[in-house]
Amino acid sequence: MSEKKVDETTGVETTGHSWDGIEELNNPLPRWWLWTLYATIIWGIGYTILFPAWPMISGATAGVLGYSTRAEVAARITEHQERNSALVEELISADLAALMPSNDLHRYGVARGRSVFQAQCSQCHGSGAAGAKGYPNLLDDDWLWGGDIENISLTVAHGVRNDTDPDARFSEMPAFAEILGDEEIESVVEYVVSLSAKDFDTALAASGQRVYAENCAACHGDDARGDRELGAPNLADAIWLYGGDRETLEETVRYSRYGVMPAWGQRLSDADVRAVSLYIHSLGGGE
Amino acid sequence: MTTPSLYAAREPIFPRRVSGWFRRLKWWLMAATLGIYYLTPWIRWDRGPGLPDQAVLVDLAGRRFYFFWIEIWPHEFYFVAGLLIMAGLGLFLFTSALGRVWCGYACPQTVWTDLFILVERWIEGDRNARVRLHHAKWNARKWRLRITKWTVWMLIGLATGGAWVFYFTDAPTLLRNLLNLTAHPVAYVTIAILTLTTFVFGGFMREQVCIYMCPWPRIQAAMMDSDTITVAYREWRGEPRGKKRIEGAGDCIDCMACVNVCPMGIDIRDGQQMECITCALCIDACDDVMERIGRPRGLIDYLALSDEPAERAGEAPKPVWRHILRPRTVLYTAMWSAIGLGLLYALFIRSDIELTVSPVRNPTFVVQSDGAIRNIYDVRLRNKLGEARQFHLSLTSDAVLRIDLEGGDGQLNVDVPADATVLQRVYVTARPQDEAATAHRTDLRLWVEDVDSGERAGRETTFNGRVQ
Repeated sequence: MSEKKVDETTGVETTGHSWDGIEELNNPLPRWWLWTLYATIIWGIGYTILFPAWPMISGATAGVLGYSTRAEVAARITEHQERNSALVEELISADLAALMPSNDLHRYGVARGRSVFQAQCSQCHGSGAAGAKGYPNLLDDDWLWGGDIENISLTVAHGVRNDTDPDARFSEMPAFAEILGDEEIESVVEYVVSLSAKDFDTALAASGQRVYAENCAACHGDDARGDRELGAPNLADAIWLYGGDRETLEETVRYSRYGVMPAWGQRLSDADVRAVSLYIHSLGGGE
Repeated sequence: MTTPSLYAAREPIFPRRVSGWFRRLKWWLMAATLGIYYLTPWIRWDRGPGLPDQAVLVDLAGRRFYFFWIEIWPHEFYFVAGLLIMAGLGLFLFTSALGRVWCGYACPQTVWTDLFILVERWIEGDRNARVRLHHAKWNARKWRLRITKWTVWMLIGLATGGAWVFYFTDAPTLLRNLLNLTAHPVAYVTIAILTLTTFVFGGFMREQVCIYMCPWPRIQAAMMDSDTITVAYREWRGEPRGKKRIEGAGDCIDCMACVNVCPMGIDIRDGQQMECITCALCIDACDDVMERIGRPRGLIDYLALSDEPAERAGEAPKPVWRHILRPRTVLYTAMWSAIGLGLLYALFIRSDIELTVSPVRNPTFVVQSDGAIRNIYDVRLRNKLGEARQFHLSLTSDAVLRIDLEGGDGQLNVDVPADATVLQRVYVTARPQDEAATAHRTDLRLWVEDVDSGERAGRETTFNGRVQ
């Protein structure tokens, strides 16, 4: 310890700190201030005894009150489920198509469906449901298997082309590389292009039309407008799941496509399946 | 030399009673500020059915702030922010012109402490009696006086905490519920906390709150300069102190009146001090003494420190208006007025219909099977009137665009309940052959029109096309 210095004017000891010749006096603290400090220390010790606090190797001390935020959350979730149980029952039995957007059940279903969608569906269909190449856009007006709530619900519950659910939507396009020759494939692609584009090779498309009628019309229809029973896409509109340029179309014809969607009925509750269907239907593309 | 203690007990202060101009001003201000605080929640204001009848109400649950004829919604919180900035600038202005007037006259801590000291004097007597009582042994009389005093303080504290909660819900209903013990626990807890803090701050901590707890004194010091008019001692006139009859003595007779009346327990003759709240009671006390000994008033006075050299030399000080009117105060006044006028302007142009338009950017557009491009917008419609209204939505744009509402079935009208907000999804579509379908961006304006009154409001937004 250095020698104690005392300020002459006030007679108070200084801390020894000096800035530009101004010295700091070592005035005592107000008593109540110190009491407050001691009180917070005692409170802090009491708190760490009563509540979970000290980190140990495998978890923290439990605290004598046995308080747990996890238990509190679980209790809140249970409370929430109990409060919503009537709505959930209603959701399972109601005619969803008849609900107006202003209806309470509709709002509950859409809100619940939104969380289900964000957790389970957004990985493929995107957080805004706009899809991606190979994953259908759920916002537009084109539906491979139908876009009313019943059909959406069926697709969600059983999925598409999966091996786990016998009721899954199923269809399969042959890989035409083994059936058609290169020229035939080229011509049928030109014909498909001609259905929705302005610039195409008229002669090639005309020969492609014959190939189409023999090989493709059975599923995609004579007018190429697709078939929802089979999940066959409409080839005459502006929407392409895998892309509508010649190169992509040729790849599709040659090797076919086989998009799979899981059967969500096996993982989600009935209420969740119906809620997410209601949500998808409400996005703007529903029929 | 003694070793300094780790802590220091508070030096008790026993302010003496004083009368005079500033004391009277402080009584009036106390009556006015406490009156406003206690009575405001009880002013009724008829807003029609379904809306609260309280003139000033902070409705946290309903997310509304009612102030007489003005109703503030959460998205208009800039009004409150603006008022707070004005309060801050106002404080800057007053402090730079008149020193710590806020501290001395209007601060709740000062007002309530003043009230508590008044109660203390009624019960225990003036300064000398209180000093005697303080040093007296605890006997029946001391207990009786102390318990009476603490009870009255506690009742004032209770009234203080009680008044606060009335600002947040309908006052008569809450009072009834409080009395028959059915009010929300939050109300009781709030009252309990405010009662205790009032009791402790006003009764026991007093000047310690200003010295150790309050940040304002430090901030206000930066607002003051040598032109600021503040409470000061005319040292050149008072010194050297001494008995009146001593030859060559100054006007100060060292009667200690200024020290005895000071609620902060300081001696203003030591010069400017951080503890001084400029309550001016020392001016009243000193003027009283000066009059009695036949000397001019104003030995302690409101004065600007820059006048000191002139006064010492016997010259006239600068006139008061020249101290007050200086670039600093002019700037504060200009800023304060600019914000005030801006808020007034915003208040008068705001409409009873409001809408916000958020374009859905995920995805930015949707291609329809016929090649049309559709954009989605989330439109919030706010009806600020006390009656349900029907709004018609429309759009204007240089481009050809069609508007549809979700769930609208071709209808473009939306019912919005009284005093409520409705979220409406709006679809805007461009046909494939139109320019908007392929342009990068197209400007458009969404309009909301009250079907009955024709009042309308609009918002600019953009339409995203598929750039090829």
